[in-house]
Amino acid sequence: MIQIAKENLIDDMEMRQAYGTELRRLMDNGEPVMALDADLMRAIGLLPYREQYPDNIMDCGIAEMNMAGVAAGLSSEGFIPFTHTFAAFASRRAIDQVFMSGAYAKMNVKVVGSDPGVTAALNGGTHQAFEDIAIMRAVPEMTIVEPSDAAMVSDLIPKIAHQYGMFYIRLQRMKSERIYEPGSEFEIGKAVTIRNGKDITIIASGVEVVEAVRAAELLEKEGVSARVLDMFTIKPIDKEAVIAAAAETGAIVTAENHNIIGGLGSAVTEVLAENFPVPVERVGMRDRFGEVGPQGWLKEAFGLKDTDIAKAAKRTIQRKN
Amino acid sequence: MMNAEKITELRKFACDIRIKCMEQFGALGIGHVGGSLSCCDLMACLYGGIMNINPQEPRWEERDRFIMSKGHAGPAMYAALALRGYFEEEKLLTLNRPGTMLPSHTDSNRTPGVDMTTGSLGQGFSTGLGIALACRLKKLDNYIYILLGDGECDEGQVWECAMFAPAKKLTNVIVFVDANKLQLDGATDEVCALLDLRKKFEDFGWQAIETEDGNDAAQIVRAVEEAKADTEHPSVIILNTVKGKGWSYAETHFNHNMPVTPEQAQEAIAEIRAAKAAL
Repeated sequence: MIQIAKENLIDDMEMRQAYGTELRRLMDNGEPVMALDADLMRAIGLLPYREQYPDNIMDCGIAEMNMAGVAAGLSSEGFIPFTHTFAAFASRRAIDQVFMSGAYAKMNVKVVGSDPGVTAALNGGTHQAFEDIAIMRAVPEMTIVEPSDAAMVSDLIPKIAHQYGMFYIRLQRMKSERIYEPGSEFEIGKAVTIRNGKDITIIASGVEVVEAVRAAELLEKEGVSARVLDMFTIKPIDKEAVIAAAAETGAIVTAENHNIIGGLGSAVTEVLAENFPVPVERVGMRDRFGEVGPQGWLKEAFGLKDTDIAKAAKRTIQRKN
Repeated sequence: MMNAEKITELRKFACDIRIKCMEQFGALGIGHVGGSLSCCDLMACLYGGIMNINPQEPRWEERDRFIMSKGHAGPAMYAALALRGYFEEEKLLTLNRPGTMLPSHTDSNRTPGVDMTTGSLGQGFSTGLGIALACRLKKLDNYIYILLGDGECDEGQVWECAMFAPAKKLTNVIVFVDANKLQLDGATDEVCALLDLRKKFEDFGWQAIETEDGNDAAQIVRAVEEAKADTEHPSVIILNTVKGKGWSYAETHFNHNMPVTPEQAQEAIAEIRAAKAAL
C-alpha cells in the first residue's frame, strides 16, 4: 500500500538515517549484508556503528576503484555488499570496476551514490553528478533507483538487498520533503501515480518529485489537470506507465536533477518514440556543469523549480494536435 | 616440503601446459603468447601441487581460490584446468571461437574452475581481496592466490589494493607478479617507472619475496612456503620471468599478442617436448 503524504513538509528523518537503519536491521537479522565506504562513512551516518558491526561495516579508504572490486569479490562468495560514496565518484570514478568486476561478472553489488546533482550544493560543480544515471543506464542489467523520500528508502533497501543483481541507488543524504507516509510499500520497476490528471503527465524522480507535485498544483489553479508520476525506478523504466500516460494525457514533461542527456528524460522519450509519440519536454540540466551554491538557489539557477515545470507543461500542451 | 621428484613432475606439468597453450594459439592463429607462456610454471605449481582444490567440484567451499588478474593469460590457466580435469582437453581448441566457454580473458560465468572474471587490469587484485575478506568472514582456512602482470602494476588500482590488504590484515592472500619486464608497448621500466616492485610492496606493509628465476618450479614452491611461514602479513612474490618462455622464437620477438601459424605452433611444441624430455 502506498499512502501519499497530505502535505509535502520537510521530513523528520534524514534519508541517510533511513538507509543506515535498514542496513543495520538486515545485519541484525544475520543477513550477509556488508556496508563498504570510501571514507564517507561519517557522511552517510554509519561511522558510529562500525564498532558494533565490525564484520559488516568497513571503510575502504579514499579508493573507490578498489572498493568496487572488493565488493564484487565479497559478492562472489555470497555476501550482499552495499558500497557508498558520493554519486560523482560512484559513477565517474569507478565505472569500469562497477561494470566489469560487478555487472559483467553478474555480481550482486548495490552501488550507492549520494548527493546527486543539486543536493551536493556547497560541494560545488566538481561534486555534482548530473551524468551518473546516464553512465549507469548504459551498463547492461543495471537496475537504477532514485528514492524520493525517507519512507521510500526504508521500504526499498530490504527489497534491493533481497533482489539479486547490480543496483545503482541514487540517494539524497539529508532531509527531503515528505512525499509518502511511513510504511508505504513500493514495487521496484513500477512508477507511483502521485496525482491523477488528464491534460498532461509530469514524470519526475528524486528531488524533482516534490517540484512536480507543486507544479501540478500551480497548473490546477490555471485549469490544467496534470498527472504526476514518481519514476523512482529509472531502469528498467515502467514502460506501461509511460505509454498509458501518453495515451491518456497526450503530453509529457519529465523533471530530473540530472542532465537531460541520458537520464530520466531520455529514458522516457525513448519509450515514447518507439511506442507512442506525443509532445514532450524535458526539464533538467541542459548539458551544463554544476556550480557551487545552496540547493534552493541551484534549483532556480538551473531551471528545476515547480514554476519551470509548469511553464514547460503549458508549452507542451500547446504542441498537442 | 616438496621433494625433487615432485619438482620434476611440476616442471613436466609446466611443459604440458605450454604445449596446450601453443595448441590453442595454433588452432586460432593468434593469441597472447608472451604473457601466457611466462606464467606456465606458476600455473603448474599452483594447479599441480600447491593449491587445495577438487576438479570434480570446482566450487567446493573450502578450496583455495586463484584469480588470474592479468586476464589475457587465460589460455595458460585453461590449459592447467583442462589437464587437471576441470573440462575436456578438446575444449581448448575452441579458444575465442563464437560461443566458446574459453574467452580471451577469464570469465567465472563460463569456465569451470575460474573463480573470478577478469580482463580490465588491476581489477582481479581488488576482487581477490574481496574474496579473501569473505573467506576470512566465513572462517575458511584457505589461501587466495592472485596473479598480476608487472605491466598491470601501472594501474593505480593496484596500489589501492597494496594499501588495503595490510590495513585489513588479509594474511590469507598470496599475490604473484609475473615480472617479465615487458608490456604491450615496450619495457615496463620505460613505459612507466615501476622500478623495485619488491621494495614498493614492502613499504606498503607486505611480506615481499623475489625469485631469481620465476620460471623455475623449485623457486616458486620455495617462495610460496616462505610466504605461508609469515602469518602476520599478506605476501607478494615477484617472479622474474621471461615473456614467451619456452618458445625461443617468441622469446626474441614481439609476443604480446602475436599471430601463430600451425607450423609455428608445431615448432614450438617440438621445442617444448624436447625440453620436457631433457628433464
